Amino acid sequence: MYDRRIAARVKGKVYKTVVRPAMMYGLETVALILSQFVILFWKCLQNHNVWHNASVYNKPFVESFEETPLLVAVLTYMGYGILTLFGYLRDFLRDWNFEKCHVAKERDEQKDFVPLYQDFENFYTRNLYMRIRDNWNRPICSVPGARMDVMERVTHDYNWTFKHTGTVLFDVINMGSYNYLGFAENSGLCANAAVEAAMKYGLGVCGTRHEIGNLDKHEELEKLVARFLGVESSMVFGMGFATNSMNIPTLAGKGCLILSDELNHASLVLGARLSGSTIRVFKHNNMQSLEKLLRDAIVHGQPRTHRPWKKILILVEGIYSMEGSIVRLPEVIALKKKYKAYLYLDEAHSIGALGPGGRGVVDYFGLDPCDVDIMMGTFTKSFGAAGGYIGGNKELIDYLRTHSHSAIYATSMSPPVAQQIITSMKCIMGEDGTTLGQERLCQLSKNTTYFRRRLQEMGFIIYGNNDSPVVPLMLYMPAKIGAFGREMLKRNIGTVVVGFPATPIIESRARFCVSAAHTKEMLDTALNAISEVGDLLQLKYSRHAWPSDEETNHFSYLDSHQD
Amino acid sequence: MIQTTKMASGQQWVLVEMVQAFYEAPAYHLILEGILILWIIRLLFSKTYKLQERSDLTEKEKEELIEEWQPEPLVPAVSNDHPSLNYDVVTGPPSHKITVNGKECINFASFNFLGLLDNERVKQKALASLKKYGVGTCGPRGFYGTFDVHLELEERLAKFMKTEEAIIYSYGFATIASAIPAYSKRGDIVFVDEAACFSIQKGLQASRSFIKYFKHNDMEDLERLLKEQELEDQKNPRKARVTRRFIVVEGLYMNTSDICPLPELVKLKYKYKVRIFLEESMSFGVLGEHGRGVTEHFGVSIDDIDLISANMENAVASIGGFCCGRSFVIDHQRLSGQGYCFSASLPPMLASAAIEALNIMEEDPEIFTILREKCKHAHKALQDIPGLKVVGEAFAPALHLQLEHSTGSRESDVRTLRSIIDYCLDRQIALTQARYLDKEERFLPPPSIRVVVTVEQTEEEIEKATSCIREAALARLE
Repeated sequence: MYDRRIAARVKGKVYKTVVRPAMMYGLETVALILSQFVILFWKCLQNHNVWHNASVYNKPFVESFEETPLLVAVLTYMGYGILTLFGYLRDFLRDWNFEKCHVAKERDEQKDFVPLYQDFENFYTRNLYMRIRDNWNRPICSVPGARMDVMERVTHDYNWTFKHTGTVLFDVINMGSYNYLGFAENSGLCANAAVEAAMKYGLGVCGTRHEIGNLDKHEELEKLVARFLGVESSMVFGMGFATNSMNIPTLAGKGCLILSDELNHASLVLGARLSGSTIRVFKHNNMQSLEKLLRDAIVHGQPRTHRPWKKILILVEGIYSMEGSIVRLPEVIALKKKYKAYLYLDEAHSIGALGPGGRGVVDYFGLDPCDVDIMMGTFTKSFGAAGGYIGGNKELIDYLRTHSHSAIYATSMSPPVAQQIITSMKCIMGEDGTTLGQERLCQLSKNTTYFRRRLQEMGFIIYGNNDSPVVPLMLYMPAKIGAFGREMLKRNIGTVVVGFPATPIIESRARFCVSAAHTKEMLDTALNAISEVGDLLQLKYSRHAWPSDEETNHFSYLDSHQD
Repeated sequence: MIQTTKMASGQQWVLVEMVQAFYEAPAYHLILEGILILWIIRLLFSKTYKLQERSDLTEKEKEELIEEWQPEPLVPAVSNDHPSLNYDVVTGPPSHKITVNGKECINFASFNFLGLLDNERVKQKALASLKKYGVGTCGPRGFYGTFDVHLELEERLAKFMKTEEAIIYSYGFATIASAIPAYSKRGDIVFVDEAACFSIQKGLQASRSFIKYFKHNDMEDLERLLKEQELEDQKNPRKARVTRRFIVVEGLYMNTSDICPLPELVKLKYKYKVRIFLEESMSFGVLGEHGRGVTEHFGVSIDDIDLISANMENAVASIGGFCCGRSFVIDHQRLSGQGYCFSASLPPMLASAAIEALNIMEEDPEIFTILREKCKHAHKALQDIPGLKVVGEAFAPALHLQLEHSTGSRESDVRTLRSIIDYCLDRQIALTQARYLDKEERFLPPPSIRVVVTVEQTEEEIEKATSCIREAALARLE
């Protein structure tokens, strides 16, 4: 009798921990994998590099997304399959107390509350992310410049907790920070000016722009930003993410349509969602897809009511931070004009990093900034500061001043941060009386071309535009994400690796951000290490024919950007 | 030949087994499979476009429609004399002495409660940090944007608040607005006070949960809603088992300057099994013997609150915000807090400034008593001003002065209050109106003048300010 009861309980537990999840996840996993295969084949059928409307570009627009080799794709899915199976096994063992469970527990008093997290919500974190968690959040203790000091940490429980050993890995080459123009500095003009501003104004503001938090520094900065962008007026905000999420709702609302690129940043997605508009998504940088959505939207009007849309807002980014692609701006502008839509351009990564004058993607294509209705960007990257801006005509900015959530409810920008932007921007514009800014711009462009070219020659699959300083290198398999990050750090190079959910499930990648502060020696050291690790992990997937090694030797660093 | 027969028989056997398995399978399984197959067939054959959007328009007609369509302007025009278009310009630091529009005044407007904004120690610490790390972090926390000072600040905040863990955000507004949607998802239920500030409202909107507003500080109303929900749950216990529920309240309300009845809230929490999120931007570094906020003020155990969030832009006089609580709760935000994951981290010098501010607060808890005394003094002095009423607790450092008798039009009320502020500005008292987005606020508070008390203000200055407001009210409200 007693035995039977135990048996029943064991059976119940087995059912709860094995059968039920297996049924739930098993079906899901199979469906997921199958659907991914369909997408994969579909992608193989389509040609990725479509060239159209070449006439609107004043320079070659070369962007490549080499398709995933089929075998690699299959192996990647198998990798995830094995990881998932082991995940179930480990969860099972944890449930039966065979394995120590490190997950923080709910306090006893609240055990009978509705669980704060569903068990399956964290399956991925617990069983996949946790294994390679040491590749992220690596603490540093220096300027995030071309070289940085990384604090060494160890784990005795497989990445559940970390301990700092106290040792510092000095002068790690930094290929991860968005320091495009090398303005992340602790000495020199910018830092000195920031020190002075901090001495004069203090650090905080303790008020919003509307409530005694509007400093003369902010006004000075806004005038300069407007001049830099070539627009009538501008407004600055304390956080880049919030610039998007707090201002899109003031520009669009119910009855408006937002057309958003499928790879837009989370802040744009959040802003669009908070606005209450209808959101439709077009394929990444695909102008046919955008045009179709525009046509259909105007012809059919709003769903159900069939009223015409109040306005249509297109959201695009300058450089896409995970793909390294550059927006097809001339075509977007042509479409926006044809269909009378408004254009919101997020230049988080492109401002300062593209264009002969560092004025972003508009400058890069030689277009008129007035053709972009809302010019948005951040100061975190190229300017080595923090915050964001919106530029445009005076009516737009006046409206934002009176209606932006940020102006009314959020503390304004810290004065030394504002000063850092002012000084670095003046340097880019050459208003400091030197050519240092121009030199940095040239250096960045030279470094980008060199670095991308060399990686392609080595046989890696590199995504994105040839002129983009964001360089994604494809890793595909989940195990290689962790291995690449660790092997690179062993060679004293700090890189960023990303996988699902930041990328599609099979397209895990490493990402390098080229900086003007990198010297040729640093890039060469990094490239040699990448090549070495690439051989070790068999990452040289590319089947494109690039010039052979011999030819490479003729291709020198300086030749690369003489035009 | 033999081989082929073997193979054929082998296959046959498999087939037989399949059929057998088919017979043995339980009915519900077969029905499920059947439905799935039908569903797949439906998906395969259904058309991708929506039926209602199908039209038989010719290309020419389409072109005409496109030609015809005129969008609204991107933004409506703003008149040049819009009351909030022309900001007051502050030259120099917004500290105790502040220069507004060229006039030097005593500051009764900035949330610099503890006077740490131009504290020499804070500045020196921040400068040292600036000289070590530069200004920006050039990356989010995940990608080499975690600095040793961030880790130190998180540790110090956790220690200060006596919680297991703390997490910092680079922007005060984004803190609670990111924290709420990290836990509360579609289908979950949030009970929230009507007077909740704007960043809570945005967080709730982003969470897409069911929002139930209860009357400001009215525990009976809250209990009524909780009971209603309990009845609802009994009807559908399966759903109730996975529906998370939260109460979101502020410690000291930004919009009304009064305090939430925390002990009662905690009772309701255990009675109805609801989690409490507490926004403490106005009360952190203000209330309680050691400045830990409302929990310390009421002597409520901090473990009973599931999540506390506050910004470091008021009492701490830096930039950014933080959440603290048990690791079980807080750690989840490191992957799910949007404003944490997808934003560049806090500039290290601002983190250093916050650390030094915590040092000062820990070394000298006397400062909180002084602040409370000054608040009480100001609160008392502001009573009985003809035409104006004081809204808020006596110990609240940011009070509201509302018109006793509204003219009925918000616009003219705002103008009247502005004229009082201008009168005071002329006499070296800097004040400001509490600003709101009239159309966006869920429950728009009446227009008011904000009076902020700080430890740096002397009794004479508070006297001067209150008598100045009194004069202005007499002059402008008659």
